[in-house]
Amino acid sequence: MAEIRNYTMNFGPQHPAAHGVLRLVLELDGEVVRRADPHIGLLHRATEKLAENKTYIQSVPYMDRLDYVSMMVNEHAYVMAIEKLLDIEVPLRAQYIRVMFDEITRILNHLLWIGAHALDVGAMTMFLYAFREREDLMDCYEAVSGARMHAAYYRPGGVYRDLPDTMPRYQSSKIHNEKQTRLRNANREGSLLDFIEDFTNRFPNYVDEYETLLTDNRIWKQRLVDIGVVTPERAKALGFTGPMLRGSGVEWDLRKKQPYEVYDRLDFDIPVGINGDCYDRYLVRIEEFRQSNRIIKQCVEWLRNNAGPVITENHKVAPPSRVDMKQNMEEMIHHFKLFTEGFHVPPGETYAAVEHPKGEFGIYLVSNGANKPYRLKIRAPGFAHLAALDEMSRGHMIADVVAIIGTQDIVFGEIDR
Amino acid sequence: MSNNIQQENLAKILQIALENQLVDLHTQYKELTIVVRTQDILNVSELLRDKPELSFDTLIDVCGIDYLDYGESLSTKHGLRGKRFAVIYHLLSVKLNQRLRVRVLVENNEFPMIDSVSEVWPVANWFEREAFDLYGIVFNGHPDLRRILTDYGFIGNPFRKDFPLSGYVEMRYDKEQKRVIYQPVSIEPREITPHVIREEHYGDCES
Repeated sequence: MAEIRNYTMNFGPQHPAAHGVLRLVLELDGEVVRRADPHIGLLHRATEKLAENKTYIQSVPYMDRLDYVSMMVNEHAYVMAIEKLLDIEVPLRAQYIRVMFDEITRILNHLLWIGAHALDVGAMTMFLYAFREREDLMDCYEAVSGARMHAAYYRPGGVYRDLPDTMPRYQSSKIHNEKQTRLRNANREGSLLDFIEDFTNRFPNYVDEYETLLTDNRIWKQRLVDIGVVTPERAKALGFTGPMLRGSGVEWDLRKKQPYEVYDRLDFDIPVGINGDCYDRYLVRIEEFRQSNRIIKQCVEWLRNNAGPVITENHKVAPPSRVDMKQNMEEMIHHFKLFTEGFHVPPGETYAAVEHPKGEFGIYLVSNGANKPYRLKIRAPGFAHLAALDEMSRGHMIADVVAIIGTQDIVFGEIDR
Repeated sequence: MSNNIQQENLAKILQIALENQLVDLHTQYKELTIVVRTQDILNVSELLRDKPELSFDTLIDVCGIDYLDYGESLSTKHGLRGKRFAVIYHLLSVKLNQRLRVRVLVENNEFPMIDSVSEVWPVANWFEREAFDLYGIVFNGHPDLRRILTDYGFIGNPFRKDFPLSGYVEMRYDKEQKRVIYQPVSIEPREITPHVIREEHYGDCES
């Protein structure tokens, strides 16, 4: 009998299912994966080193570009670390706004995940559906910060500005006449909060649509059930967090267990899987859609009834208003110092973590009292997940590797940093 | 974050369990940090994971740090005694909902070496590769210590404080040779916002 040897295959970095720039070296025995060796770093930008050479505020936009599908949550961990070192209080309204946008971001992230994951597994329609909803949420980002993705909206001490009273509207064009445009603008007549509320009313139906397409779909189940099974003990040893850990049946969510901001005042549930396979992780994330929607509803309700400042009054950290700056000498000096030199953070070290859509996103910040961080370490959840790809994919087929990459919700911005 | 009473208990348990290995234990911003010696790290990790009152079942993060420019007074305060590199472990116990930071100052600035904890927590594998790549800290007993984030064939440890921000080489396409070549960097290093540390009681106000 002829001797059969294993052969190696390069998967990516240009493969559409590699989610960006993953180069995966697969050692195959026929079509069965014997070893998977992910080569990462093709998107490495040394964000941590760059941050050491920039003032604290200048690094906020870099955080958006880490995990570029859940922008505001990255900023959140970063500003939380700074606030901890500075020991400043964030106004309650700002905390609610942050939580609301964290959850909007979670939906944004999961929408991209479900679209890309389904596309990898062969369901084209999901991608189009998911991007339809993403469009609405991106408009919320734009209304509040001016940018559709890289918002730089969270600042140390609060958020950049209060929620706007109007939503940007469509204009009629050759393609859309007056009547159609009026129809498209129907939910944009009120404030941003009205728009978000309208979205939260529509969104559960959309999730039902996704579930109709996927949950009981024969092909979807054939591709996901019993693929990439991780036991709870193993998941903890491998450093899994977020939906990856919850999919294995471990009830762990920072929003519940170590609540930050106002999560302890809100009512929501933590979905947990049973088998720890790709299908359970899918179900967990689908339920997170509904739970995030619930949280957003509660935040909208609170924000409607409670006005107040959205950024700290401490002008050594947050800039004064333009009017004050132009009329008051002291504010002028604050403004000048803040934008030329930045604020100084007392010496110390801290670790701040948030429940990122992908898992625990942490910032370890060391300060030596300067206007720039001494060391900034970004703990990206995807890094630990991708490290486990080898173990998860051993003994599976090549096509299953694609499903496992999809279920891990890999985004290279945060893994390569 | 875990509440204060729980944290005090944890500190007490640690003080008893790590009697001989503990160099320092302190709490800052409600976060508990312990310092242990390089040679003890493996024993300490196993104890931290296996002792039921501690059960740190997950390693959240491992990172290197270079204390080269940390400043005289702070270095003395942290008891660095000329040691330049440290490895910092962030541990989490999912079971008991508590966190702990472990700092290990690495001996020998020329060839920093420490035992790998990837046997204790498999997740450490890639994090240690990262610290090796960026800081040149060697992890003894690591199964597969290769570079991870930098380019194939990269020379140097880019996150060390004496490595310039713009690096040493740049890459471009050469028309004549019809291939991508490396050459020394042509950009001037510049600092837009200067790095400033205020002396104490600057401007006679506390913040």
